[in-house]
Amino acid sequence: MADRRLIALGCLLAAAAALFLFWGLRGPTAYILELRLVKLAALLAVGASAGVATVLFQTISQNRILTPSIMGFDALFLLLQTGLVAGLGAAGASRISGLPGFALETAVMLGAALVLFTSLLGRTRHDIQLMVLAGVVLGVMFRTLTVFLQRLMEPSEFTMVEARMFAQFSGIDRSALMAGLGLMALAGLWLVRNHQVLDVAALGRTPARSLGVAYDGLQLRVLCLIAALVSVATALVGPLAFLGLLVTSLAHSLMQSHRHALLLPAAALIGALILVSGQTVFERLLHLQSTLAVVIEFCGGLLFLVLLVKGKIR
Amino acid sequence: MIQVSNLSFGPAANPILQGIDAEIPAGRVTALIGPNGAGKSTLLKLIARQLTASSGRIRMDGMDLAQTVPAQLACKMAVVAQHLSVASRVRVRDLIGFGRWPHSAGRLGVADHAAIANAVELFDLGDLQTRFLDELSGGQRQRAFIAMAYVQDTDWLLLDEPLNNLDLHHARNLMAQLRHLTELQGRGIVIVVHDLNYAISWSDHVVALRDGKVAFQGPVAAAATAERLSALYQTPVAITRLGGQPFAQYHR
Ligand SMILES: Nc1ncnc2c1ncn2[C@@H]1O[C@H](COP(=O)(O)OP(=O)(O)OP(=O)(O)O)[C@@H](O)[C@H]1O
Ligand SMILES: [Mg+2]
Repeated sequence: MADRRLIALGCLLAAAAALFLFWGLRGPTAYILELRLVKLAALLAVGASAGVATVLFQTISQNRILTPSIMGFDALFLLLQTGLVAGLGAAGASRISGLPGFALETAVMLGAALVLFTSLLGRTRHDIQLMVLAGVVLGVMFRTLTVFLQRLMEPSEFTMVEARMFAQFSGIDRSALMAGLGLMALAGLWLVRNHQVLDVAALGRTPARSLGVAYDGLQLRVLCLIAALVSVATALVGPLAFLGLLVTSLAHSLMQSHRHALLLPAAALIGALILVSGQTVFERLLHLQSTLAVVIEFCGGLLFLVLLVKGKIR
Repeated sequence: MIQVSNLSFGPAANPILQGIDAEIPAGRVTALIGPNGAGKSTLLKLIARQLTASSGRIRMDGMDLAQTVPAQLACKMAVVAQHLSVASRVRVRDLIGFGRWPHSAGRLGVADHAAIANAVELFDLGDLQTRFLDELSGGQRQRAFIAMAYVQDTDWLLLDEPLNNLDLHHARNLMAQLRHLTELQGRGIVIVVHDLNYAISWSDHVVALRDGKVAFQGPVAAAATAERLSALYQTPVAITRLGGQPFAQYHR
C-alpha cells in the first residue's frame, strides 16, 4: 500500500524529469538527449543518496540536525581522493580513474569512516553539542589536510583534484555513475529487507537492545551504507553540505512518521526532486549553469541555523 | 529464579555494588528497596544486561546472562527503566507495538494487534493511543512504556520505579495488574519501589540494598521488619496493621 504522499512525490519527480529532458530540445536531438539522460541519472542518484544517507545517519546518531556532511564524511572523501592523487601521481591516478578508482576510493572511505565514526558515535552520542563540535573539528581537519596535500602537488596533479572541491553538475564521469547506481541498488536492496529494524534502532541503543536488536552490529552496517552513499554523491558532483539536512527536514514534516518505510523513499524522492527541478530552472530558465549548488547550500545553511537557534536539536 | 552471585560493579576503589548475593524467586513479585543511591537501578540494569558487571555473575532460570544474545533475552525479559525516553518521535500505539518486535520482527499479525489492543485497554491508554509520546504527561508516558513492556509477553518483567509518576488510581491499578500476571500466568516481576506500603502489601519477596550491598532479603512478612526498615532508611518506621494488612508508618 503505497502512501498517497509518496505517489504524489513520484509524479512530481517524473514531471520534473520529463521537463528536464525535453524542454528546449533543439539541434542534434539524440546526442543532446543522451547528455541530458546521463546528467538526469546523476542528479537522481545524488539527490536520492544524499537524502537516504542523511535519514540513516540521523537514525543511528539519534538526532534531527546532524548530517553526514556536517560530520565531515564528504570532507573525508575529498581528502582520500586528494591523497590518492598525491600518492600515485597524476599519471597513476588517471590510470585507475573510472570504475576501479571509484571502487578503491569507496573501499578506503568505508574503512576510514567506520574507524572514525564508530568511536565518535560511541563516546558522544549522548551529547549532541559535543558531537557537532567533533564533526566540525573533523571537517576542518580533513579540509586543511586536503589543502595541505594540494600545496605539495605538481600542477598537473592539482588540476586533477581542484575541480572536485566544489559541487558541480556538469562533466559527469559515466563509469563512476554506473558504479554509483550499482552501489545504490545494493543499498536499496538491503534497506528493503531491513527497514523495520531501523525503526526499532531509532528508539535508541538501550531500548533497541532490550527489544533484542543487536544494535552495535546494525550500527556498523548502517555506517558502511552511509559511507557508500556519501561516496556516490561526492564522487559524482562534489560536496553538498546542507542538501541532506534540507531533504530530511522536508521529509519529516511531510511524512510525520517514524517509519523508515515512509521516510526513506520520501527523502530519496525529495532529494532527487530538489536537484532535478532546481537544475531545470537554473539551467534552462535562468541560464545559470553553476548556481544550483550555491542556492542549495544557502537555503540548507539557513535552515541549519534556524534549527540550531530554535533548539530543535532532536 | 534470578540468581545473583558475588556481583560487583564500578571501580574497585569505589564500587557502586559489591559482593551482591541475591535470589529472586520466579513467579513472584519481588520488591527492590533501599535509599537513594543504594544501587537499585544499577542492579536492575546489570540484570537487564544494560551494564556489564566487573565481577560475579547472574543466572536467570538457569542460563548465564553473560552468554545470552539480545534476541534471546528480549523474549525472556522486558525492562521499564527509571528514566524513560526514546529518540524517535513515535505515537503511543506504535511504541506499544514495538513491544511485539521480539516475537513478530516487524510483521504484526492478528495476535499481535490483539495483544496491543489489550494493553491499551489495561493501562487506560485508549484516548491517547494516536498521540505523540512527547506530547503526554509524565504519568501517561510511564503507562505507555509499561504497556510496551507488557506486550513483550516475557517470563520476567523488571520495572524501575514504575509508580513514580502515577496517580493513586493508576498506581493501584498497575500493582493489581502485576499481581494478576504473577498469580494467573506465573510471571516473575522485579519492581523498584520507594513507597513501603506498596512494597509490603503487594509483593511476596523483598531485596533491600544499602550502600551497594544487600542489607537484607527474604519473604516480605519475615524480612521486612520495623527494625530492619528503620535501619535501612535511617528513619523510624513502625509497622502496624490496618484492615488486616501490614501498614508502614513513617511519614510523620
Ligand atoms: N552514570 C553513573 N556514573 C557514575 N556513578 C553513577 C552513575 N549512575 C549512578 N551512579 C552512582 O551509583 C550509585 C547507585 O546509583 P543507582 O542509580 O543504582 O541508585 P538507586 O538505588 O537506583 O537510587 P534512586 O532511588 O535514587 O533511583 C549512586 O551512588 C550513584 O551516584
Ligand atoms: Mg534508581
